Amino acid sequence: MSINVCNDRSMASITSLPSGVTGSSLVLISTVTASSSSTVTFDSDIDSTYKEYQIHIIQAHCSADNQILQMNFRDGSTAYDATKTTTYFASQHKEDASGGALGYNTDQDLAQATGFLNISEALGADNDQCTNGIIHLFDPSSTTFVKQFIARMAYVHQNDRMMEAYIAGYCNTTAAIDGVQFKMDSGNIDSGTFKLYGVV
Amino acid sequence: MSIVTYNNRSIINISAIPGAAKALTHIKTLTASSSSTLSFVDGSSDVVLDNTYPIYLFKFINMHPATNGATFEFNMSADTGSNYNVTKTTTFADAIHRENGDNPDVAYSGGRDLAQATGFQDIMGGIGSDNDEAGSGELYLFNPSSTTFVKHFSSSTNHPNGDATSPYSVYNFGAGYGNTTSAVDAIQFQFHTGNIDSGTIKLYGLKDS
Repeated sequence: MSINVCNDRSMASITSLPSGVTGSSLVLISTVTASSSSTVTFDSDIDSTYKEYQIHIIQAHCSADNQILQMNFRDGSTAYDATKTTTYFASQHKEDASGGALGYNTDQDLAQATGFLNISEALGADNDQCTNGIIHLFDPSSTTFVKQFIARMAYVHQNDRMMEAYIAGYCNTTAAIDGVQFKMDSGNIDSGTFKLYGVV
Repeated sequence: MSIVTYNNRSIINISAIPGAAKALTHIKTLTASSSSTLSFVDGSSDVVLDNTYPIYLFKFINMHPATNGATFEFNMSADTGSNYNVTKTTTFADAIHRENGDNPDVAYSGGRDLAQATGFQDIMGGIGSDNDEAGSGELYLFNPSSTTFVKHFSSSTNHPNGDATSPYSVYNFGAGYGNTTSAVDAIQFQFHTGNIDSGTIKLYGLKDS
């Protein structure tokens, strides 16, 4: 029998821990990397396992200026068309130091609509421009309550403007939400990483 | 002494992993059932709310009031839950949008802030009590055990307002500080009127980076 010892303060290729041993409460479920992708979809593993799911969007890059990154939810069928009422406000500041402002953006919110929700608008497509953010989705498997979500996105506007958007709302349905999909309003998601986490 | 062995890509005989590997650590879950309050008290019922973690995070999952339009709120204790009355100065803002498309707006909410007051601080105002209405979100509490600094908190939540004619989505932002250099060692949540009909509150600790 050989005795293995740990060195270098790390272990690799471990895929499970004994029952009863708890790790981090933020559990990575899956990662999708966009590469000229028409959509990025999490169509499994959103269920009653966790009371909160988080989706982290890392450096999503559009293929042309003025594209809008959008999100929608699946509520029982194959379509991503859950009815939503949402809010959207943002702060902004241009690289030339002008335009510092905070305001509600009525072009980006939804009222009992089934279409995709804008989460980063008028994106810049320069090679170094992108959007990042975190979306919290609470208790998506509930068949009692509507489904609350909160998002905070930081992105570069096509006019070389820093934007931070605060987006929230609810899917106005008591059907379980079991999928989330992202796309640009036109064209592809040129690149970017989308990570789905469960919160224990 | 037990010998730790690797077994087919899993680990056996491990009963715990180092805290550094657990950046976000679940501490305690409380579930309301017609509850007047939910309290997290350091040292009670496995709750840790001391200098173990520099940041604590509360998650609110589907807080549902017994009374329509009730405000979900919290307070801090500096005497292990004997009194929830820490002096606070706070800010509060919200964004709203009605289901019929009316009244999209973001604004400071002067009726929900506090200035050197000991009462409960609003987290979500006016949650509807219809069967499908509830509010969710989170609240960060920074270094509550400090005996040097005031105690900052920051919350962000969303809920449906139970307006009878046109319900609306409300995105709430609260922040402030407990204006005390005493350690804060307990937190209590409640609705300003009526019971917490149902809902789950989870407490986490965030490790030092």
